Amino acid sequence: MASDGSASPPQAPLAQAPLLQAKGLTKRFPGVIANDNVDLTLHSGEILGLLGENGAGKSTLVKMLFGIYQPDEGTIMLRGEEVTSDGPGEAIRRGIGMVHQHFQLVPPLTVAENIVLGAETTRAGGFLNRRRAEAEVKELSERYGLSVDPTSVVGDLPVGIQQRVEILKALYRGAELLILDEPTAVLTPQETDELLAILRDLASGGVGIIFITHKLREVLALTDRVTVLRRGKSVGDVATADATSESLAELMVGRSVVLRVDKSSNDPGDVVLSVNDLSVKDDRKQDSVNGASFEVRAGEILGVAGVEGNGQRELVEAITGIRPIAGGRATVAGAPVSAKPRRVRELGVAYIPEDRERDGLVGVYSIADNLVLTDYNKEPFATRGVRKFDAVEEQATELVERYDVRTPSIETPVKSLSGGNKQKVIVARELSHGNQLVVASQPTRGVDVGSIEFIHNQLIEARDGGAAVLLVSAELDEIFSLSDRIAVIYEGSIVAIVDPETTTREEIGLLMAGATPNA
Amino acid sequence: MSIAQLNKRFLLAFLAVVALMIASYQWDDGQTTAVAARTVREAAPLILAALCGLVGERSGIINIGIEGQMLLGAFVGFMAASATGNLWIGGLAAMAVAAVAGLFLAWTSIVFKMDQIIAGTVINIFGIGVTSFLYVQGRTMPSIPNWPIPGLDELPLLGRMLFNHGPLTYIAILAVVVVHIALFQTRWGLRTRAVGEHPGAADTVGVRVFRLRYVNLALAGTLAGLAGVALLQSASVFNRGMTNGKGFIALAVMIFGRYRPFGVMWAALLFGFFNALQAQLQFKQVVEVPPQFFGMIPFVLTIAVLAIAGLSSRPPAAIGQPYETE
Repeated sequence: MASDGSASPPQAPLAQAPLLQAKGLTKRFPGVIANDNVDLTLHSGEILGLLGENGAGKSTLVKMLFGIYQPDEGTIMLRGEEVTSDGPGEAIRRGIGMVHQHFQLVPPLTVAENIVLGAETTRAGGFLNRRRAEAEVKELSERYGLSVDPTSVVGDLPVGIQQRVEILKALYRGAELLILDEPTAVLTPQETDELLAILRDLASGGVGIIFITHKLREVLALTDRVTVLRRGKSVGDVATADATSESLAELMVGRSVVLRVDKSSNDPGDVVLSVNDLSVKDDRKQDSVNGASFEVRAGEILGVAGVEGNGQRELVEAITGIRPIAGGRATVAGAPVSAKPRRVRELGVAYIPEDRERDGLVGVYSIADNLVLTDYNKEPFATRGVRKFDAVEEQATELVERYDVRTPSIETPVKSLSGGNKQKVIVARELSHGNQLVVASQPTRGVDVGSIEFIHNQLIEARDGGAAVLLVSAELDEIFSLSDRIAVIYEGSIVAIVDPETTTREEIGLLMAGATPNA
Repeated sequence: MSIAQLNKRFLLAFLAVVALMIASYQWDDGQTTAVAARTVREAAPLILAALCGLVGERSGIINIGIEGQMLLGAFVGFMAASATGNLWIGGLAAMAVAAVAGLFLAWTSIVFKMDQIIAGTVINIFGIGVTSFLYVQGRTMPSIPNWPIPGLDELPLLGRMLFNHGPLTYIAILAVVVVHIALFQTRWGLRTRAVGEHPGAADTVGVRVFRLRYVNLALAGTLAGLAGVALLQSASVFNRGMTNGKGFIALAVMIFGRYRPFGVMWAALLFGFFNALQAQLQFKQVVEVPPQFFGMIPFVLTIAVLAIAGLSSRPPAAIGQPYETE
């Protein structure tokens, strides 16, 4: 997947107008300029990568192209014709299809129903022609090699197949320009490869594709050209063949970034976290973790790789005492974990939760108060139940400085910070005390590249300081660059524990998809 | 549970009910026939009212104002029929006023993103208050005739049970079939279900979410209006608070019927049966118990049914949430 399948874009004759040409697009929201004078060009059969950090304005830009937002300034030309779109309906009629990051599918409806919705063929009286819809969908899926059963219920399908349904939905409406917003975020590496192959096929059939991502690997593997956005401005438009990971990352962030994490080899000590035949139920009382067993030693990072929804969340919540254990046991430095989060914390466990807004922070509280959420009631932050604000402030001032939280003041409510800065507040609170065990779940999700680098270094530092680190992440790159050992979770069981030095991404990907490991 | 298993269980239940009815008929044909006929008659307003709820909720708007819509329908229908002497005008007026109440619910929840439970409560309080205030005693309207179906109405048991009813009872059964076909076989139905489950998805393919919700709430309102007329069919005169909680029981019927028209029909018949039984027990004084205890039966049943059905009945996913376009 490293090499690029389709080489150069077909050269459009000079006389022929590009499929899409946007000029000077500007969109302002109260207080921010989301897009500032952005130009974008796309030819038929070309794959354009739209690269940028979270909040760089990628989504705003494509929402303007798709007619969800109206630009404040600038023009959008389709095949040389200016369009003033008044909603997605108009964009669809003009041959623009969009695959949203969060699938826009109705789970209880069938594949065929989802695909024809809004563009139904009906008999007299508004009756659906279901058989014809199913035949059309079948024909379409065969023509583009997107195999899917038109009669299955969408909610029962795996995520990768649901995405095919989304693509078919756009093609059914005659899309010649396909916009995909972070399409690989929810896919396994194998599903990602399949998607990239499908997109190359579509492009060679003449479809123009805009592929939005923040993953450099995919941009390099798939696209013909890359447009990079930073803080709402277009900062680069380069041919992929002339680009490298480093050059693109630099364009994205505006400074050079170390993509590889520097870490020394580790020297693991005693077992800190021991998980033995652990079973945990999810919110619907279904078995979610089924007899998972592993150990994490002091001074090592164990990465847990897996497709989301394979029990990672329940595993982490059981270890941190948030969710009751249904069977088996987990111990931290020999002490059993019970369903009492405070007790577990007192064992020296730090926790960086997956959903930081919900589980990690109180949005309306100030940064200073969020920094003492775990020990507000203890010395020096309180004496006999009365809070000591001087100590709270002093700590906040120091941590904001040390952990590089960009904020106007320590009294700023946390909810007004960016994703990366919110996460740094959590990291500061959890990692500044020295812990036996650090449980970090998706620690860099939705965080900008600069903060990712910082958070990664903090985790390494915690490891080097002698903590055991359990890292759960859906980003394989993150798992590979940080972990000393990798545990692969599939349907609630740890199916393999491997050494990142001697294992390939493909092998991990197969394990994540449920293939049995070679003994 | 697979469809086949469900169908098998349904068939068994159906056969058991038929067997019970035959046994009961052998034992006392007069009372069995009376209860069976009354079951269907009592079910009619519940079916219409529950279908009103269903059409709204399937497109994502919770309607707890059915009680108020029924009252308004019954009152305005009664007044119109009384003033003009024409039942058809009464019926149309009932449908119109309840449709307007439905549009009000849609308007508050779409434009003001108001809590739909509160908006529904407003309709209920308005319906009870205004109809009680404007009501004058002593007015009469032409009574709604029975439409016996020639040939079939003479059948033992089934004749009186199914083929000798007022028009609203037939309309209720017809409405079940029509709503079922419309919901599962037409473009309108596909869009309605999509909007009730995931309005964002429907919006991105060009379905106009708000317009559909307005249309559905108006259509649903006409059904609640007919439910009000169905009450007049038995009573022949408007009484203060004559809905007596049927608009709320209809919600239980809708949930127990799993948001499907035929499910609603069976659930309404179950409630209708307990209503009929309750009336028969009171009337016959079979046991020496204060009548209030029998009157309680439908409400106790509602609680029991909701406790059981709540576990397995899955409402449309987007229900009750105001839809926000970007």
